[in-house]
Amino acid sequence: MAGTGEGKKEEADYKRLHSFPLIRHTDMPEEMRVETMELCVTACEKFATNNESAAKMIKESMDKKFGSSWHVVIGEGFGFEVTHEVKNLLYMFFGGSLAVCVWKCS
Amino acid sequence: MSVPNNNVAASAGKASNVQKTPGAKPTKAASKKKDEEEGVDAGEGLDERAHGKALIKPADQLELTEAELKEEITRILTANNPHAPQNIVRYSFKERSYKPTLVVDQMAVHFVLEGSLVHQDSDEGRRLRAKEGVPEETTTVDTGVGSDEEEPETLSSPVEDRPDSVASKTDKKEQKLTNQINFSERASQTLNNPMRERSCQTEPPPRSNFSATANQWEIYDAYVEELQKQEKDKEKQKALPSKKDNDKSRIMLTETQSNDFTKVAKATQILERMVNQNTFDSIAQDFKYFEDASDEFRDQEGTLLPLWKFQYDKAKGLSVTALCWNKKYLDLFAVGMGSYDFSKQGHGMLVFYTLKNPSFPEYIYPTNSGVLCLDIHDQRSYLVAVGFYDGCVAVYNLKQKGLDPVYKSTAKSGKHTDPVWQIRWQNDDMDNNHNFYSVSSDGRVVSWTLVKNELVFTDIIRLSLNGVVSEGADGSQQPSIACGTAFDFHKQIDYLFLVGTEEGKIHKCSKTYSSQFLETYDAHSMAVDAVKWNHYHPKVFISCSSDWTVKIWDHTINTPMFTFDLKAAVGDVSWAPYSSTVFGAVTTDGIVHVFDLNINKYQAICQQSVVAKKKTKLTHFEFNPIHPIVVVGDDRGYVTSLKLSPNLRKKPKAKKGQELPKDPEVQVAKMEKLLSLLRDSEQSTV
Repeated sequence: MAGTGEGKKEEADYKRLHSFPLIRHTDMPEEMRVETMELCVTACEKFATNNESAAKMIKESMDKKFGSSWHVVIGEGFGFEVTHEVKNLLYMFFGGSLAVCVWKCS
Repeated sequence: MSVPNNNVAASAGKASNVQKTPGAKPTKAASKKKDEEEGVDAGEGLDERAHGKALIKPADQLELTEAELKEEITRILTANNPHAPQNIVRYSFKERSYKPTLVVDQMAVHFVLEGSLVHQDSDEGRRLRAKEGVPEETTTVDTGVGSDEEEPETLSSPVEDRPDSVASKTDKKEQKLTNQINFSERASQTLNNPMRERSCQTEPPPRSNFSATANQWEIYDAYVEELQKQEKDKEKQKALPSKKDNDKSRIMLTETQSNDFTKVAKATQILERMVNQNTFDSIAQDFKYFEDASDEFRDQEGTLLPLWKFQYDKAKGLSVTALCWNKKYLDLFAVGMGSYDFSKQGHGMLVFYTLKNPSFPEYIYPTNSGVLCLDIHDQRSYLVAVGFYDGCVAVYNLKQKGLDPVYKSTAKSGKHTDPVWQIRWQNDDMDNNHNFYSVSSDGRVVSWTLVKNELVFTDIIRLSLNGVVSEGADGSQQPSIACGTAFDFHKQIDYLFLVGTEEGKIHKCSKTYSSQFLETYDAHSMAVDAVKWNHYHPKVFISCSSDWTVKIWDHTINTPMFTFDLKAAVGDVSWAPYSSTVFGAVTTDGIVHVFDLNINKYQAICQQSVVAKKKTKLTHFEFNPIHPIVVVGDDRGYVTSLKLSPNLRKKPKAKKGQELPKDPEVQVAKMEKLLSLLRDSEQSTV
């Protein structure tokens, strides 16, 4: 992080530019997708420093809204292979450094 | 404290018994309870009551005088028990002497019945409910008994009662639910439904696998890619409005659009026809199959069945001035639009309709001047010759794109100076050039030849009122010009043709003699509207005029063979292509007349009004060359197609089998027969 001024500026620029949610992969219907995405954004912004809390919040909200059992993974770097119910998967990036994977499988 | 009261009442009761006052009643009630105590008295009291007035006095009853009985004895009821001893003494060991007890129990208990009811909120009730209250209660009762024992003997009966009640209480508690009078215990059990096992399983919701890895660099790459995409989109959006700003590019766009449209024009045309075929299906069915069944009962008369109606919005206000079927494509016909009104001349229009698409014209050619006549070439059906109100003639080629004619006469190339009333294609000349004739109000009949890219004209004849104008004395003869309004060429004799004039005369002319009429018929009193040779018989022609008449002629005879008065100006007349004796005419009162001379020589076999509004004038009439339909044009720009009913297209029955192959001869013979009949009658009358 101890970069030059230019580097800092670039970084700031990057953060500013890359703050929007970017859906990487999803098979959800339009309405559900938008809702889930907004929920993820809200959760990640609310618990900016605590991914676990954010994941918990997302999972619980999703369970309420769309029935159990939802699973949420939030992190900056991870790999996964999951089995999900079709039309119930969302994999998105957010804030330039976070990856959020939300899926349902009961 | 009812008990001491009772006691008192009982003592008073004795007196009352003696007195036999009604006040005895309470004593009886009391005595009932004290059977043992005062058994005799009470028993007698009861007996007394039972026996009514038979009074039995007890032996020891006081004998009282009347005065004594009436004496009032005042008694004051006090709380003191008269039976209670007042002189009880107890030995006091302390003081070694008897001491009177000062406090004497004044209470006497006559009857005690303890209720079995227990308040459920009370301690006892709670205890009972817990089924542990029995010993407690007994103790309390015991204490009660203990206290009672101290009481005098007279109260022994209530004491006796108590153990009973206690016993009964305990009994009751044990058999709480049973009916004490008659109770028997029975038990039975219903059959249990047999158990059965069922199970099913739903299909689990479909699942699929998904795997990915999230790294900082992958996330970064994804964002960069997305941003680039967004920028591109922005550029595109910017590019679009900038194009719109530019007029030139806009035109380019529209041009490309129109090109795109022409690419699918063929397809859209087919589609349009399909749609029309669906919407006008019933009419198409009528066209093909409907035969008016009522004709059989009408003997000779026939009817016309309206089929499609053709109309073009942009030609509104123009009247139909010419009709012509295409000889090659029998569903196609041309309509010339213009105006017959001198004061309302303006633009005109040449439109082509097909029966396959009644809703929109197949070809449209707007013209600067009103169209007055047209003709489609017999063999080359794409060539259409048109005569205009301004005197021009033009040839349109349907195969070529564009709205302009391929040939057009100009002032230099001998155009007519007055409206061109009729135009007709001729057979190609010796050099295989197409050529056509036209007739105009300026008195000229002109032959036009299509040579390469120009029209070459030749004056065939100049009409005059009194015979043919001599070439030399052209200037002086100007005023006596006759106005040609109609002409027709003989079907077989190539050079022979007829010209009708505005003055009502019909001239028989030859192409070869430009200076002389072969014959002049003084046909009508007003302008001749149409003149037509018969399709079959070489000598017969028909003419019609605004003077309300239709006349049939033998060109060898100066007088008409038939004259029909139609009671209105006749706009057009036409021979039927299928019979030598059938012709149709339209009049300005909106009626179509169809004649068959073979059936009725004096009257039309069909007269039918075919216009929607009364004022509409019919202007033109044309038989389809093959199909049994006609088209009728009116002065509002509508063209109506009508189907001829079977009676209107009858063929001679008897000869059908043999003679059909030689149909023309039959037709000629038919007409000849009529003519000869007429001639005979004329001769006979003469």
